[in-house]
Amino acid sequence: MSTMSEMERSSTEMEVGYEETALTLGLPGGSRAGGSDQQERKHGFSETADLSHGSSGIETRRGGDLGDESPDCAASGAGRPPASKARVVGWPPVRSYRKNALRSCTYVKVAVDGAPYLRKVDLETYSGYHQLLIALQEMFSCFTIRDRRLVDLVKGTDYIPTYEDKDGDWMLVGDVPWKMFVASCKRLRLMKSSEAVNIAPRAPQ
Amino acid sequence: MSEDEEDETRGGEEKRRSPDPGRGGGGGANPPPPFSDQVLENVLENVLQFLDSRRDRNAVSLVCRSWCRAEAQTRRDLFIGNCYAVSPARAVERFRRVRALVLKGKPRFADFNLVPPRWGAGFYPWLAALAPAYPWLERLCLKRMSISDADLSLLALSFPTFRDLTLICCDGFGTAGLAAIAEHCRHLRVLDLIENDVEEEEEEMVDWVSRFSTTSLESLVFDFVGCAVNLDALEALVARSPSLRRLRVNQHVSVGHLRRLMERAPQLTHLGTGSFGEGGGGGGEVEVADLEAAFAASRSLVCLSGFRDLAPEYLPAICPACANLASLNLSYADITAEQLKPVIIHCHNLQTFWVLDTVGDEGLQVVAATCKDLRELRVFPLDVTEDSEGSVSDVGLVAISQGCRKLRSILYFCQRMTNAAVATMSENCQELVVFRLCIMGRHRPDHLTREPMDEGFGAIVMNCKKLTRLAVSGLLTDKAFGYIGMYGKLLRTLSVAFAGNSDLGLRYVLEGCPKLQKLEIRDSPFGDAGLLSGIHHYYNMRFLWMSSCKLSLRGCKEVAQRLPHLVVEWIRDKPEEDDGEAVEKLYVYRSLAGRRNDAPPFVEIL
Repeated sequence: MSTMSEMERSSTEMEVGYEETALTLGLPGGSRAGGSDQQERKHGFSETADLSHGSSGIETRRGGDLGDESPDCAASGAGRPPASKARVVGWPPVRSYRKNALRSCTYVKVAVDGAPYLRKVDLETYSGYHQLLIALQEMFSCFTIRDRRLVDLVKGTDYIPTYEDKDGDWMLVGDVPWKMFVASCKRLRLMKSSEAVNIAPRAPQ
Repeated sequence: MSEDEEDETRGGEEKRRSPDPGRGGGGGANPPPPFSDQVLENVLENVLQFLDSRRDRNAVSLVCRSWCRAEAQTRRDLFIGNCYAVSPARAVERFRRVRALVLKGKPRFADFNLVPPRWGAGFYPWLAALAPAYPWLERLCLKRMSISDADLSLLALSFPTFRDLTLICCDGFGTAGLAAIAEHCRHLRVLDLIENDVEEEEEEMVDWVSRFSTTSLESLVFDFVGCAVNLDALEALVARSPSLRRLRVNQHVSVGHLRRLMERAPQLTHLGTGSFGEGGGGGGEVEVADLEAAFAASRSLVCLSGFRDLAPEYLPAICPACANLASLNLSYADITAEQLKPVIIHCHNLQTFWVLDTVGDEGLQVVAATCKDLRELRVFPLDVTEDSEGSVSDVGLVAISQGCRKLRSILYFCQRMTNAAVATMSENCQELVVFRLCIMGRHRPDHLTREPMDEGFGAIVMNCKKLTRLAVSGLLTDKAFGYIGMYGKLLRTLSVAFAGNSDLGLRYVLEGCPKLQKLEIRDSPFGDAGLLSGIHHYYNMRFLWMSSCKLSLRGCKEVAQRLPHLVVEWIRDKPEEDDGEAVEKLYVYRSLAGRRNDAPPFVEIL
């Protein structure tokens, strides 16, 4: 499901590196133009859950690493525009290759070590790492989240989420701020923890 | 490539206006003419070979049997606007010496997912007929057809002098098919893959770029082929192709690699720049100055596109080429007016400009101020939803109309429009041939007066005397269609969505527009009475599409009964919503071939 593809992408989102060092004036809770989201760790439930003006404005994506226990997980449909009108097939009339091109690189494949199938997720639909893990857990129903890993309780194996970034390196999911991750992640791989010895730098536990 | 933009001299249409099977050509064998007549026919052939326009050729073929035969013998370029309008056997029987074929399949609304997959338009039946009939076939252009890797392979092996392959909005093939073309078409000059659905899992990908055997490549377009290509092979190919003039690469080609390619091919006229962004591994980092130097060295560039992952600081690098540009496509670049300005102000000779609405009305004002020779403008939405903000409006439209008086074709997506602005454009741009306005929110009225958009579109058909293609949107009553029927005397293509009040609207159009060829309607309250009002005209049309209207089985069956040479397809792809009487999707087209034998189970031919 990729309803987030219909959200307007602010051009400020792509300038992830710049945003982090930018000094901006902004009210707590951030604003779309502000880009000071990275520094906001604590955010009120009402902001993340307020989706009444979905596409036209308030960015509900927030930064934060895996340890963030903010209640944004409650807004699991983050960014889903209000169902004011039933969505109609093929309207507005824009060809799918164009829609896909503009949606671009936030749509990534997910591979699981030892499993023959691939899935795809649209990273833009999640507001943080926690949400992403939940989605993966739901997608591969045998998993449970435990301590930033995904565990297959039946087989007793645990998997570490890793990703390949734009430079072709394999990194641990969760090391960098969320937006930076979304911008640089090319694909995901749930690696068996026994294999994950050579991944660059381990996040502090 | 749409027919409105096609040069009149391209192609030749096989279908004559009135499908009278008694008239000459095709079908049964005619006894050979007496000797003196044969001489006359030879003379005629010598004259007719110079005739390019397919419309002229169709007229010639109606004069008498002798002329029909002579014309058939000299037609080199065959144009089949609907692959189901005639059987392959019949086409090759009549035209024996074809070198180039254009073949179109699915209706245009297939681009918007309204035609279910596996509906049809498979290329194989045509290929099976073409291979033995036209061993000297050189050029093929397919649009909205389904073509498999096996088909491409067979194609590559069947025509030893094959030169040009153009695939537009096709599906069913992948890199394996491309590899076959590359390898076996030793004289390949053109491989243009335009907006096709080529999606493959990485494991299945074939390195097709390494397989090229031709040394006379002139054009290679693969900007929307989804998989990464072997960049070293691409560079080597470019290096050994001295005739290469057009190269449009996909988004996996980084700016570093692009620069190297440009250095290998400074003679390019058309360039698709791929990502034009940062990183992406390989190719190395590129200084803006170096990139700019590459553009300065490419003195022949007239057409630029790509910019799929644009890093805005790279955009000014194209400035050295701007003064010579006739065509610029920035419609994948999310840029602001401020970012557009430094580049567009140099583009004095621009005739075609495609852009995203992110540049806003302000950006369009700059375009209007600079691009005085503009003929075609397309403004696409970044956010393709009905309730998006929309960044361009009536203001931008008016600005363009004031600055670009020679405008012939416009496609404009917006959320706010006024009748006054549309009327202003109709007055300022008298050369308009194509007017397509898409107000994305359904049923939206004039945002200032809150009235329907009838008057605006009325002004367009009234004032733009050369108009042949129109797409309407916004809140529209039957009155708008009344205007269209009254003034749209040259109209050939009409697209309607979420518009009109009653059958009257459809009647006005079908009774009033004698040149109407293609009519596509969705989600509008037109029913059987409207449908039946076109009975006198359907044989003159390429097709009629109506979906989510108010048609019933009774009306559609009546059309089928009264017009035996019409194929009336009832597409029932949602059986759960089917109540047995309402016709949700109707596709109607004239045909000499009768009902097709490849119809899938969800298509019922009435």
